[in-house]
Amino acid sequence: MTRGWTEHSGRALELAMENVDTDQIIPARFMSTPRSEGYAKYLFHDLRRDADGALLSTFPLNDHADATILITQRNFGTGSSREAAVYALADAGFRVIIAPSFGDIFAGNAVNNGVLPATVNEADIDALTASMAGQNADLIVSLETLTISCNSVRVPFALSDTWSLKLKNGWDDIDLTLQHTPEIQRFKEARREERPWAWPDVAR
Amino acid sequence: MSPKTLYDKIWDAHVAHEADDGTCLLYVDRHLVHEVTSPQAFEGLRMAGRPVHAPDKTIAVPDHNVPTTPGREDPANMTEDSAIQVAALDKNAKDFGIHYYPVSDIRQGIVHIVGPEQGWTLPGMTVVCGDSHTATHGAFGALAHGIGTSEVEHVLATQTLIQKKSKNMKVEITGKLRPGVTAKDITLSVIGKTGTAGGTGFVIEYCGEAIRDLSMEGRMTVCNMAIEGGARAGLIAPDETTYEYVKGRPHAPKGAQWEAALEWWKTLYSDDDAHWDEIVTIKGEDIAPVATWGTSPEDVLPITAVVPAPEDFEGGKVDAARRSLEYMGLTPGQKLTDIEIDTVFIGSCTNGRIEDLRAAADIVRGKKIKDGMRAMVVPGSGLVRLQAEEEGLADVFKEAGFEWRLAGCSMCLAMNPDQLSEHERCAATSNRNFEGRQGYKGRTHLVSPAMAAAAAITGKLTDVRDMM
Repeated sequence: MTRGWTEHSGRALELAMENVDTDQIIPARFMSTPRSEGYAKYLFHDLRRDADGALLSTFPLNDHADATILITQRNFGTGSSREAAVYALADAGFRVIIAPSFGDIFAGNAVNNGVLPATVNEADIDALTASMAGQNADLIVSLETLTISCNSVRVPFALSDTWSLKLKNGWDDIDLTLQHTPEIQRFKEARREERPWAWPDVAR
Repeated sequence: MSPKTLYDKIWDAHVAHEADDGTCLLYVDRHLVHEVTSPQAFEGLRMAGRPVHAPDKTIAVPDHNVPTTPGREDPANMTEDSAIQVAALDKNAKDFGIHYYPVSDIRQGIVHIVGPEQGWTLPGMTVVCGDSHTATHGAFGALAHGIGTSEVEHVLATQTLIQKKSKNMKVEITGKLRPGVTAKDITLSVIGKTGTAGGTGFVIEYCGEAIRDLSMEGRMTVCNMAIEGGARAGLIAPDETTYEYVKGRPHAPKGAQWEAALEWWKTLYSDDDAHWDEIVTIKGEDIAPVATWGTSPEDVLPITAVVPAPEDFEGGKVDAARRSLEYMGLTPGQKLTDIEIDTVFIGSCTNGRIEDLRAAADIVRGKKIKDGMRAMVVPGSGLVRLQAEEEGLADVFKEAGFEWRLAGCSMCLAMNPDQLSEHERCAATSNRNFEGRQGYKGRTHLVSPAMAAAAAITGKLTDVRDMM
């Protein structure tokens, strides 16, 4: 269960890399850490540090720890299904990721943790970053209007109704699905009747 | 009835509820679970006082973070985090009453190898697992999705998955493959053509003569990497090859149930006039043995090619290529076959099955690995390992100088101690060449099992056709 939100305003950070995979967002060796310890320190661990663990001044996040919105390039979150990638982003304060496309599983994981994967086309991303250039301007992201604004620039993003509702209400999927229990039960019984072999105890 | 794709048919058979915006609750036939992405999901159930909805359809096996060295039945021989995760899975399996293959069980192995091997995976099913390579099971004509940990908890609690339907993509590989070309070369070549985001929003059905000609092992290799092309799942329509593989497996239907299942399975193909949102066609004869040069699976070229220059690309890829080349320590214009290799890893859910080990052993037989080479074979399951020992393949590897390991994910994701060190260069049969994937600053070249075996012998990336 996460807290719902309808509008977020915050500082945006640009990570001008494409195909940032979930191994880059959090290397596998940190995935055994209990969530209660917090994952923020592992975010982009090997990208933002040198071999001795010192922060690299060249990595944008290291100068902008207050950012809550990440603007990046195509196919962000590709690769491993690890939800730990979203834990790391969320624990570091990120609420919105803006990219032309996302790894499918990553996008679902993001929504399940209250983080918006906002799909924005490349031209609109360029317009946003241009309007941010040299200014300490906040972006305003609205789940009501499905738009992102910065100064005079306003661009749309794509999001399904279901995901929008989930983010707004901070709903727990399981509670929602359990409301459909009678329907699931009916489906299950019909399926068992029609395809009994799909039940392991029958199959054996 | 309107014509349907294979994906449409399986989807339609599993929709338990549909919301107004098309988001569905898909009923899940098999839920595979491993030790790394499940602990928080089970903890969530405990905190809410919920049982596992369908323990008989839930199968757990530790694989991602287990050691692949002898003596691992004793937790004292595991790293601390590994022992904690394996103990948690032991306990969760027992407490929630789900099927379980512990590390001490000969049937233990990589979850995507164990599922098919034990007959849990069947055509026409929905299969999910908290692992992106769940796509593997699509080789059976099963709709198989990798999911996150929140979704794992959702499936445990409700036996359904919240999904919006994807678009349909057909990837056709026509004609025959040339000698030395394998399923791995097919799947990497497809990604080379479509890019890693080319499949985003799609479920891919692989078809065509070259796909039909593949064994189940090869088909699993192809579907396994659908996720690397960005797709939600990969599928191959079931046929006689599929039925022959499935029949008689421990959890496959028997007798009258088999006949009933078979009758439905034979309807699982894409209708001739079904609608495709995208079609990709590749001639089988145009596919060469390939290797990756960069840090994305789309960075793939025939082994006869040279390392590209950043200027060969467009857009964001120019910077990405520059970064990849620097990370990989390669120079544009360098021949791929001149790249020297330190380590060879043969295994993973992509290429850890018996056919893969046979292909590698055929190259290795009677030879020695290059001096100073570190080479390991990590069979995909205890049963694959046993079969390889019975067929004499283990001896071939050991005599050549390979380490012969116990089953697990191992150096594919390098959670356990099987890791590359800084700048160590590896020819790997696994699925991801991301920065740091096989160890901090490690360098990965993705290849087929035969190509990996060839590299172990020569010490360089090698065109396997020169060794056949």
